[in-house]
Amino acid sequence: MKQLLFLTAIYVFLATACQNEQSVHSDDPATAEETSLPEMSVYHLPGTWTNQDGQEFELKELKGKVLVMVMIYTTCKAACPRLIADMRRIEELVPEKYGDDVQYIMVSIDPETDTPERLKSFAAENDMTDKRWMFIRSTPEYTREFATVLAVNYKRISPMDFSHSNIISVFDPQGEMVYQQEGLDAKHEKTIKNIVEQAKKIGNR
Amino acid sequence: MFELYEAGMNLKGNRPQNALILILNSKVRSMRNLFLIVFISLLVNATYGQGGDMIVIEGGSYMPLYGDSENEVQVTAFRLDQYPVTNADYLDFVRDQKEWQKDNPIKLYVDEAYLNHWASPLDLGDALPEAAVTNVSWFAAKAYCAWKGKRLPTLDEWEYAAMAGENATDARTLEEYNQYILSWYETAHTHLNPVGTGMKNVYGIYDLHGLVWEWTYDFSSVLLSSESRQGGNSDNNLFCGASAIGATDLMDYAAFMRYAFRSSMKARYTSRNLGFRCAEDVKDNQQ
Repeated sequence: MKQLLFLTAIYVFLATACQNEQSVHSDDPATAEETSLPEMSVYHLPGTWTNQDGQEFELKELKGKVLVMVMIYTTCKAACPRLIADMRRIEELVPEKYGDDVQYIMVSIDPETDTPERLKSFAAENDMTDKRWMFIRSTPEYTREFATVLAVNYKRISPMDFSHSNIISVFDPQGEMVYQQEGLDAKHEKTIKNIVEQAKKIGNR
Repeated sequence: MFELYEAGMNLKGNRPQNALILILNSKVRSMRNLFLIVFISLLVNATYGQGGDMIVIEGGSYMPLYGDSENEVQVTAFRLDQYPVTNADYLDFVRDQKEWQKDNPIKLYVDEAYLNHWASPLDLGDALPEAAVTNVSWFAAKAYCAWKGKRLPTLDEWEYAAMAGENATDARTLEEYNQYILSWYETAHTHLNPVGTGMKNVYGIYDLHGLVWEWTYDFSSVLLSSESRQGGNSDNNLFCGASAIGATDLMDYAAFMRYAFRSSMKARYTSRNLGFRCAEDVKDNQQ
């Protein structure tokens, strides 16, 4: 009987979990904060980040572009190369006229190992030196905070290995997450569609 | 759900810290006095710190529920709050930190149910001051601990401390321990009980089991299995690197429940049976 109750409880948990899938847009428009950012915008998050050129910036400086983000670490041997390949494929599939409105960002979940120098050489190795590609890191704390917002799960398993979930997230020009593609080698159609839809909002053409 | 207890109890007395503040407000005339004050404050904090003592958990290694069986996880010594953070504790926090009052945080940080068991931003209403504060998000819990100069415990720290039973530092194989947890899971409304009424473990820490579930710093770090995110579609592609838990390996249903719950949460979510407590590092000279 106990076991039955238990399984029921587990079922309820999982069922609840499933309702919260891929939460997109917040329910209503932003209330007027001191900025005009929507409440769900990641640009509210504090913290300084560094890119592969050693330049420091805050996330909100990316405002106005469509962001396509993935969390990786450069020593990853298993899924990351495929994630990078997915990102490259997505970039190729987005029509070129929107190309400059989209920023592709690789966020390191291993900021201690992934120094700007390392990120830069990783970018070069992957032939991702165009300004559309950004490789960034922050402190472990800001990284954790950012990952929890993205619901990207990661854990250090050994000094060199992480276990992490493979999610590519798309953000609108205001920093609100609009779509997440989960799993490797997923079809990119919805991702592309979302990117293009957001890029069209940017009024510089 | 709050009809179960009497409203209006307020057992919160003056705390020794108030006396300390008086001392601090008087003029500090010499370094000697200053030293004295620092010394007293250390004593006071050690003895009557808000939310009870912090208790040192000696480091060690343990085999968690997740991961492959070759890797024990090392946990270094840390200090953990003796009790979960209470409604009264949290009220002190929001009095001081207006941005965390009920209606103030943006949606990035909390969901609609944040503190919805309180009557108003600074009024607990029917909520028992001594009950663990719940309906708080991970961001809110993290902010509270930072305000106290502490931090949230890591998932490994929490699990390491919580595998202790009344008499053993690792009670996970003891029937009594598991029975306690399982019967708690089947009991409704335990989140309404005052702190200190759950299990007291061998370290002297209360309520890791018995009242509410608790946030950990890296709650989202464990990849339980994709069902918890994707509605029963077991998609191994979601996982990179190391192992995810398969239901067949489960020895410990009680822990599995916690992991299942955690992996269903997002950082802005709140739940009426989810609270937290804080931790801090043990510095070399503190042990």
